[in-house]
Amino acid sequence: MALAVGCRARPGKARDNKTGSWRVFKPVFDQEKCSKCGTCRTICPEGCISETAEEFFVPDYTYCKGCGLCAEECPKEAIGMKQEEK
Amino acid sequence: MADTACDLFDCGHRACGGCGAALAARLVTQAAGTDTIVVSSTGCMEVFSTPYPETAWKVPWIHSLFENASAVASGIEAALKKQGRKEKIVIMAGDGATFDIGMICISGAFERGHDFTYICYDNEAYMNTGIQRSGATPYDASTTTSPAGKCSFGNKRPKKDMPQILAAHGAPYIATASIAYTADLMQKVQKAINTKGPCYIQVHAPCCTGWGFEGDQTLAVAKLAIETGLWVNYEMVDGKVVKVKKVVRKPVEEYLKTQKRFRHLFKPTRQDAEIAVIQAMADRNAEKYAIDIKLKKE
Amino acid sequence: MLQMIEGSYAVAGAVKFCRPQVIAAYPITPQTHIVEALADFVANCELDAEYITVENEFSALSACIGASAAGSRTYSATTSQGLALMFEVCFNVAGMRLPIVMSIANRALGAPLSIWNDQQDSISLRDSGWLQFYAEDNQEATDLHYIAYRVAEESSVLLPAFVCFDGFILSHTYEPIDTLTQEDVDKYLPKFTPSERLDAADPISFGMYATPDYYHEFRYEMDRSLKESKAIIHTAGKEFGRMFGRDYSAMVEGYRLEDADTAIVAMGSICGTTKDAIDEMRDEGKKVGLLKVRVFRPFPTEDIAKALAHVKRVAVLDKNVSLGAKGALALEVKDALYSSGIPVKDYIIGLGGRDVRKKDIKAIVELAGKGQGDIFYGLRREVL
Repeated sequence: MALAVGCRARPGKARDNKTGSWRVFKPVFDQEKCSKCGTCRTICPEGCISETAEEFFVPDYTYCKGCGLCAEECPKEAIGMKQEEK
Repeated sequence: MADTACDLFDCGHRACGGCGAALAARLVTQAAGTDTIVVSSTGCMEVFSTPYPETAWKVPWIHSLFENASAVASGIEAALKKQGRKEKIVIMAGDGATFDIGMICISGAFERGHDFTYICYDNEAYMNTGIQRSGATPYDASTTTSPAGKCSFGNKRPKKDMPQILAAHGAPYIATASIAYTADLMQKVQKAINTKGPCYIQVHAPCCTGWGFEGDQTLAVAKLAIETGLWVNYEMVDGKVVKVKKVVRKPVEEYLKTQKRFRHLFKPTRQDAEIAVIQAMADRNAEKYAIDIKLKKE
Repeated sequence: MLQMIEGSYAVAGAVKFCRPQVIAAYPITPQTHIVEALADFVANCELDAEYITVENEFSALSACIGASAAGSRTYSATTSQGLALMFEVCFNVAGMRLPIVMSIANRALGAPLSIWNDQQDSISLRDSGWLQFYAEDNQEATDLHYIAYRVAEESSVLLPAFVCFDGFILSHTYEPIDTLTQEDVDKYLPKFTPSERLDAADPISFGMYATPDYYHEFRYEMDRSLKESKAIIHTAGKEFGRMFGRDYSAMVEGYRLEDADTAIVAMGSICGTTKDAIDEMRDEGKKVGLLKVRVFRPFPTEDIAKALAHVKRVAVLDKNVSLGAKGALALEVKDALYSSGIPVKDYIIGLGGRDVRKKDIKAIVELAGKGQGDIFYGLRREVL
């Protein structure tokens, strides 16, 4: 890849950095308890939680850093943080 | 796959897990939309989002120096005007860049009345360089350059009142906001973007690494700041406060004890006098902005 | 059209014809007439530009960064303390590869405070990555602005440029200038159309940070572009000559140098005085010549070595001093002549607006003949 004049870049390459590797704890989403409020998606600092066709929410574990904000803020306590086996 | 609608701030950025500023970046860009040019100052947000060649920004973005985002934005605005283009300009700068080193540039840009929105993500210290004190650091907060110690309770000065300073410059719309109230923040961003002239939003963005709390507590801490009256969410139109978030106030202690930067007020001994000073500040805020919900006595 | 016009106004007129879309400038003696004239043009609809009256020079150049990155041709002007205040921004502009052109009405740097001319200000930024042009007279000062934009905006260059001309000596002096027309300049200087700009239609991140894995290579690329701009300067200068009769293809120019034993090397208005002194010395039979350096960055190493190859000694006039070492021009001329064995002596002269006379040039040639140099010329011993 040629060096970009002026140290510039077009979007996209941030995705090369798989921040999911930072995780110690992993959020596990319980659809039974989910009220589809979307809070988790709104407040995820990574923006890695997305809405499925059924209007549930799933994190992208490639990027999820396991910060636990979604679990903490979910009004239905539908998200639990589990220690990951590495 | 699944819908990641309107995410103009990409995954893969290098912010700490639970970062308030990262959330602010996501919310602001979402509220602003694709027709936005973002100007960042040097700081956490700029650094965790743009290590060459990885950029998390999906809108046009520019970073120049630490202190000059307002001046750079002034130039962009002039160029867009000349070229007949309609993109909105949003500055995203930390409190260090805004309250301290960028004061001259901000004052000049606001005085000249350029059409842009200045968003200060306020994590109350120079976080990117290792948690040093800024003009936004609250009273008694321990930072690496205002550390609590045997003969110090930490930062000796109250927070500089940037919103008032910019109101004095004649800014048409000024707001304080918090990542704790996402819809409110996004509404304010949209209001500012659609108000002609230099607008300012100061967004409280607690920093788990710098303030000393677990990453999953970021929003809880942000809420407590507002509930104790140490941070007030309000809007100013043409210099007059028009809307304030009212709360049923909690004692400041409930906020202070959640963070290691205030731990010296409780351990090894409780510092009642200092806590009282901070409580008085909250009380003054409450009075000044009329934030107390008067509970009816039965 | 030939006009008897003050240097500053001639420069402002040239800038006007360059059609900058955004001007951001802060007033500082002796640049003020330039920025005032430009404000006047805008106020009278003679120049269709956004004029930002910034609150300091730092913001002036920063505003230019924003405007240039957004795709507009921009301009600023400063000197001395103002340029020093822009120090950080100058490195930033060059690193971001934004082709901003800035006039420098050269003035001494404080402390002690001085409003008078020397070249310390622009020379002190020789590491920054900006091209540096030095004008001998106001005709050059005017013409060099067209050439500077043309070279800076070339896609293989994309580096900013200073056009330097001595404060007061040139800026506030009236000379007959051939001022060209808007039509002339439009033919020479095309519209600024950068391939990359801040644009929602094609989002790009400008000004990212570079880790040790990349920084070295970014700097190499800048150095390479700056050195390769020599060819662009040559072409642009030649084209100017073809269209308007004044050839700027050479980065250095000899005056009565072909058979000289002693060569004086200098930049800026001092060259005019030197030429007159040389004529008088030649009448006395002294074989003296001048090598005028018109482009200081990129440094014309090969051209200097070639031009001076035949001389017996070189006297460099430096209107600057790298304190604790020598004058900057002398040090770089020495580098160019390293393998030649030709002695190079440095004469610090004209600092802080100290007047330079023909007799001073002659005295320096005398000193050089005796092998005496590397001095502050003309010290007033009585005040020391």
